[in-house]
Amino acid sequence: MSGSEVVIVGGGVTGLSAGWWLAKSGVKVTVLDKFIVGWEASGRNGGGASHYSSPLFDEEQRLWPQMDALLGYPTEHQKGRILIAMTERQWDQYRFIAERHTRLNHPVELLDVKQVQEAVPLAGDNCFGGVHYKFGGHANPQRTVQAYAWALQDLGGKIIQHSPVTGFETAGGKVTAVKTGNATYGCDAVVVAAGPQIPQLMAQLGVDVPLAAARAEMIITEPAPMMPLGGVDGHKIYGRQTLRGNLAYGGGPHEWLDVDADGPAARPSTPLARNLAKRVAELLPKAAHLNVIRSWAGVIENSPDGRPIIDRLTSPDNVVVASMSSVGFGLSPASGHAIRDLVIDGACSFTNIDLLKLSRFDGLEKDWREKRGWMPIA
Amino acid sequence: MDLNFTGTDVCAVNGTQSAPEATYDLVVIGAGPSGITAAIEAAASGASVLLVDENPVSGALMGNDTPLYFGGRMTAATQNTDRMLEVIFMSMPDLEKAMDAGVELLLGTTAWGVYRNGPGVQSLPEQVVGLADAERSWLVGFDRIVLATGARDLAIAFPGWNQPGVMGAAALQMLLSRYGAFSGRRIAILGSHDLALETAILAVAHGLDVAGLVEVRDAPQGDAALINKITSAGIAIYYGQSIAASKGGLDGIESITLTDGTNIACDTVCVAIGLVPSIELVDAMHGPRALDPARGGYIPAGEPNVTAVGLCAGLPDTGFDHVAYRMDWVRAALRVNAPDTIICQCEEVTLADLIGIQPPNYLPRPAAIQARSLDTLLNDGPANPDQIKRLTRSGMGVCQGRRCRDQVAMMLAIESDKPFGTIPLASHRAPVRPLPLKILAEWDEPAAMDAAWDVWFGIPTQWVPVEDIGTEYQDAHREMLYTGMYT
Repeated sequence: MSGSEVVIVGGGVTGLSAGWWLAKSGVKVTVLDKFIVGWEASGRNGGGASHYSSPLFDEEQRLWPQMDALLGYPTEHQKGRILIAMTERQWDQYRFIAERHTRLNHPVELLDVKQVQEAVPLAGDNCFGGVHYKFGGHANPQRTVQAYAWALQDLGGKIIQHSPVTGFETAGGKVTAVKTGNATYGCDAVVVAAGPQIPQLMAQLGVDVPLAAARAEMIITEPAPMMPLGGVDGHKIYGRQTLRGNLAYGGGPHEWLDVDADGPAARPSTPLARNLAKRVAELLPKAAHLNVIRSWAGVIENSPDGRPIIDRLTSPDNVVVASMSSVGFGLSPASGHAIRDLVIDGACSFTNIDLLKLSRFDGLEKDWREKRGWMPIA
Repeated sequence: MDLNFTGTDVCAVNGTQSAPEATYDLVVIGAGPSGITAAIEAAASGASVLLVDENPVSGALMGNDTPLYFGGRMTAATQNTDRMLEVIFMSMPDLEKAMDAGVELLLGTTAWGVYRNGPGVQSLPEQVVGLADAERSWLVGFDRIVLATGARDLAIAFPGWNQPGVMGAAALQMLLSRYGAFSGRRIAILGSHDLALETAILAVAHGLDVAGLVEVRDAPQGDAALINKITSAGIAIYYGQSIAASKGGLDGIESITLTDGTNIACDTVCVAIGLVPSIELVDAMHGPRALDPARGGYIPAGEPNVTAVGLCAGLPDTGFDHVAYRMDWVRAALRVNAPDTIICQCEEVTLADLIGIQPPNYLPRPAAIQARSLDTLLNDGPANPDQIKRLTRSGMGVCQGRRCRDQVAMMLAIESDKPFGTIPLASHRAPVRPLPLKILAEWDEPAAMDAAWDVWFGIPTQWVPVEDIGTEYQDAHREMLYTGMYT
């Protein structure tokens, strides 16, 4: 494939990582984005990098500690996470998770209240205990997205922003070009990593990709003194302390939406910020006086089983479709590698991703969204 | 354990949010003269009216230059909220008239967000304003809203501006006229348009020394009668100048040096170049706004149930192009300011790092990132202040960008050689005032909210570890972590 041309539709974290991996393999890469790289969910998430439920987990864990060096730009990656239980029930659940990690040889340690407070000084003595993951971690989504984009450019790849893809040209069972409003980009292969817009794009190729979009929200505080461990989850919220010290947290109910072909019309936040603030103040009572200075929302898509779709189609056979089903940021070093393998070799070299095939949804009922209650509010 | 879809997503937001505590025909935000007038008029016609004003804000917020650019020049009296409240009532007799007219008045109450259904959100029970006082936050519903949020100070960096004693004209006027709580004695004023002239006259009337006015252009800018007042009071106006250097000590500014070398001793530099209509709420609620250079910048474009009045609707249109004037100041600043001049005070972003698109100094700067700059970024597309924020952190701090967002946008316009109007407005986000977690928190949230709460989407199949699929652990995982979901 060296010297061939691959067009990537979508300059989010998945498309950019794929483009970076392909460019490293000598492929000529062009990433088309409707606006600015990482402007949707890739730049609006919790930055977690600890996805042990995924077949891509081992590769995620192998790569993150190297990413700054591999990309040449800082991602703010920090290792380790802690899960703090605020109720008896949560403590049962988190110990269940810890046991499961131990069974699979993922290094974890149970912490008592005092140990939790040592690792997380903003925590109070009102917690039941914690689980310290000595793996996983977190990074800065916005900085990481830009790092992929810049690293890709440094390898000769092109990023074309403000260029929504409008369609494809096909011939002989292959996509031969990708069209935007202004230009047509000839290609030997295509990666469609356009998040919530994937279904509309793939429908143009006669391929049904079942995805539903939803809005989720986060809040961020002013900086707090740096804690020994910044990746602090638990109490049904997720988040991190940034290297600047801010606490960025999300979680809680989502709102299902319909997304137009040109992307989300808006990403409004709601008074859910108050419910997030309550839980952050409970999880980290010594931070309760800190000012919340922003809230924001992002739009993400989910597949019917909540797992990614990373697959190379049989027809047209030079198209890889990639949706990370609302959990894409942390897995991006590995998802890009898998996509690179599918584009170049037709199969993933480092793990079995059969679980992520699109064909698992063959025969999916037409009303799958209605059945799950994943419908927009009328 | 099979998944059993019921047609309902128990983790969706539908029906979980609390109703507002009260609903009014009209909520007026801002109890300045325009807001009071709007409130009294509506109450007189029989409407239920709530009038809120964030003042007096806490000493801590004033110290963060919120909502105005106080520059640390307020006296200790501003720490006494009860006394401040008394002073507000004494200085604004119309507040009592409003209450007599049946207006419900809440001072010390911040409107930090306005929420309604629209593109991207349909789940809100009704349109609401988020309010907060020193104790708690709450929501109120409304049929109509009047934004009387006034105008805030425009800041433009000069060498040493990041020290006490550098402040804005609106803040100075508030400290002098309303509170009598200004701690400076001798003021140098930047600008010679009406705002600067009026500020100088007010300062003189309060017995302060005005050390001079500094005007970047070669001629006076404001109303001729006001200029006359200034010059006949013996106050110098230095034309074609900006600040090249400043000196200071523990208490802040002690003197400034102009570009022609003139040295001016002063304990306060009042940036009176312009005011910016306070449209934070409009922008955060995705309301329409438009750039009007004659009215001070972006102003609300208006909607049937959202009306802006007073300075929030725009500065008085005298035909003066405020944007062009400010751009002249920023151009001069770019000529004078050293690369290490701080532009974003909260995040300590220097001019060099802003224009260089460099990360904050707690991150490494490998060779690749040092080779990046605004110029290389512009190859990928037009400058976007929100992208610059993400990369440099300028505007990301606790003052919520009030001190740097306007000048950063102007610098981006100048550096990319584009008209100011082509630079997108950096987004405003709720809460539009810094609000402590414990105040913002909805402590008594509906049970439905807690019942729907999951750390993510609550999709059981999303998190079963891949090794466990099809094993005994799969059901254990679902039972332990997703009890009741979909079954």
